[in-house]
Amino acid sequence: MTEHVITARGLTKRYRRATVVDAVDFDVAKGEIFGLLGPNGAGKTTTILMMLGLTEISAGTVRVLGYDPEREPLAVKRRVGYLPDSVGFYDYLTAAENLAYTARLMGFSSAERAQRIADALKRVQLGDVAQQRVATFSRGMRQRLGLAEIVMKGAEIAILDEPTSGLDPQATVDFLAMIEELKDEGVTVLLSSHLLDQVQRVCDRVALFQSGRIVLQGTVAELAKQVLGAGFIVEVDAVAPPGADLEARLLAIPGVSAVQRTGDRYRLTAVRDVRPDAARSVVAADGALTQLSVDTPSLEAIYTRFFQRKTQPEGVRDAA
Amino acid sequence: MRREGSAFQGLGTVVLKELSDQMSSIRIFVLEFLVAAIAFVALYRAIGRLADTTAEDPFVFLRLFTVDTPPMPSFAGLLGFLIPLVAIGLGFDAVSSEHNRRTLSRVLSQPIYRDALLVGKFLAALATLGIMLLGLWLLVIGAGLLLLGVPPNSGEVARSLVFLVIALCYCGVWLALAMLLSIVFRSAATAALVALGLWLFFVLIWPILSSALAMVIAPPDIRYVLLGLPTPATIEMQQMLARLSPNQLFAEAVLAILSPSTRALGPIYLEQLQGAVVGTALPLRQSLLIAWPQIVGLVASTIVLFVAGYVVFQRQEVRA
Repeated sequence: MTEHVITARGLTKRYRRATVVDAVDFDVAKGEIFGLLGPNGAGKTTTILMMLGLTEISAGTVRVLGYDPEREPLAVKRRVGYLPDSVGFYDYLTAAENLAYTARLMGFSSAERAQRIADALKRVQLGDVAQQRVATFSRGMRQRLGLAEIVMKGAEIAILDEPTSGLDPQATVDFLAMIEELKDEGVTVLLSSHLLDQVQRVCDRVALFQSGRIVLQGTVAELAKQVLGAGFIVEVDAVAPPGADLEARLLAIPGVSAVQRTGDRYRLTAVRDVRPDAARSVVAADGALTQLSVDTPSLEAIYTRFFQRKTQPEGVRDAA
Repeated sequence: MRREGSAFQGLGTVVLKELSDQMSSIRIFVLEFLVAAIAFVALYRAIGRLADTTAEDPFVFLRLFTVDTPPMPSFAGLLGFLIPLVAIGLGFDAVSSEHNRRTLSRVLSQPIYRDALLVGKFLAALATLGIMLLGLWLLVIGAGLLLLGVPPNSGEVARSLVFLVIALCYCGVWLALAMLLSIVFRSAATAALVALGLWLFFVLIWPILSSALAMVIAPPDIRYVLLGLPTPATIEMQQMLARLSPNQLFAEAVLAILSPSTRALGPIYLEQLQGAVVGTALPLRQSLLIAWPQIVGLVASTIVLFVAGYVVFQRQEVRA
């Protein structure tokens, strides 16, 4: 049985009229990277703030490492590192001084402080600029400094809110690599983002937010099955001899739900990787196989398809 | 169920950090230079005038604080005028700057309560003001020693220290006001303008307005007017209104403490003076009793303003 470090049940946040987060349920297992994704304003940040006890919970419960963030916020905040959306630091202080303030708030002794800060800054490749004022830092460096703070705290859970928005591609790649390093050390990571391909690259499981609700939850493959009806798209480029009905043969492969033909290219939708079977079928039909490729569906495709499906019936209902 | 842990966990760290920020800022350098320069001029002129009468006056040292040499007001009067400016300068962006720098959510995600941040900022600014006042106090005593050539007696030292404490309470009022504004207004410029507007209102406009209002609320009695005397009801009303201003409270408290012969701060009838040896000094305890309502008023306004800010801050969203 997997151990859950974050458990939310019916978590709700209401402002005067609007319900920003609406009865959200989710579990985050220890050591995984969990992605919260959805458009801006879908309630991701509010959910995070409720987990940290930084905003009041209107209804429902959330437990972080077994603690109630409303009643035991200090215990939660001691064990959880938070990197806010576009994190800020005291510009007139150096990187090391900024971390030293946090370390003092954490209550580390002075010797431990120095060691932890030096280690953390080295980890995020800011060791050389530790004595520079943060005012001179680029956005990417600030984000890394925010990550260093989480490392320095020795957090068991890292909550990262839009950590890669506004970073250039190289900085993004580096940052995602650092997130994976955290995971390798056994830190549970909760990542919120609207950048789908990045979420897909690092997250084990995702929860898709839409106007305050979690509409989909699971691994990317599970979501694909749920939304697209299949997990894999296999493309077969083959020239079949006339008379051999390759399309029918491919469709007969167990697990294939649809075959779409354009010229000599066949697009197979399947629940598993059917490349070996497809190759065998082509050879059996005496065809010439020129190319064979598999495509795991992108989160973007799932996302787009899901919202298309979602909005159409509603549109009809509104019209009626 | 109660919140876990102390509300003041991390308070010491916040105070030290804020204090070091205040002390190393250019802002405090400019403000202190301004205050010291003006105070020095007032002091120099006061000494010039007092040097002739040193021998006749038992409280010559206290005169250093109270004697005015037109167009220069007295040292104490100058402080009444300048303290609000410095307190506003230290407090007008205390909280909004954390918002605008986007450091607030990061700092609050450390294991501290909001209480510690707000109280820490207040105490640090008050300590800064306290150090500044102590410096000025030493300047006055030192200059007095050097230029008047008379050592202060114990009564004078005690009274001038009480004056220091009253000045600190007066600082508290304006500091709490400035911090309240920094919480309410996200823009530091707006907060500064409103604070300075209130300062000008209480220093320049309210004294005039309060007497005009008193005339309307409690019009002069014709019998007193015919005798060429002021109407007691009007005077009392005027004084009551004037005391709504912290400047008035400070000025009255200072008068009672620094002029030992002060017997009352309001109008008194001749019959009440029967048996009094007018012009003789009261013991310090009696002077304190006279100034007590004013001191309590200053402390109470500080608490009310601070609590107002505290309540707003606790309810505020941390996200930028």
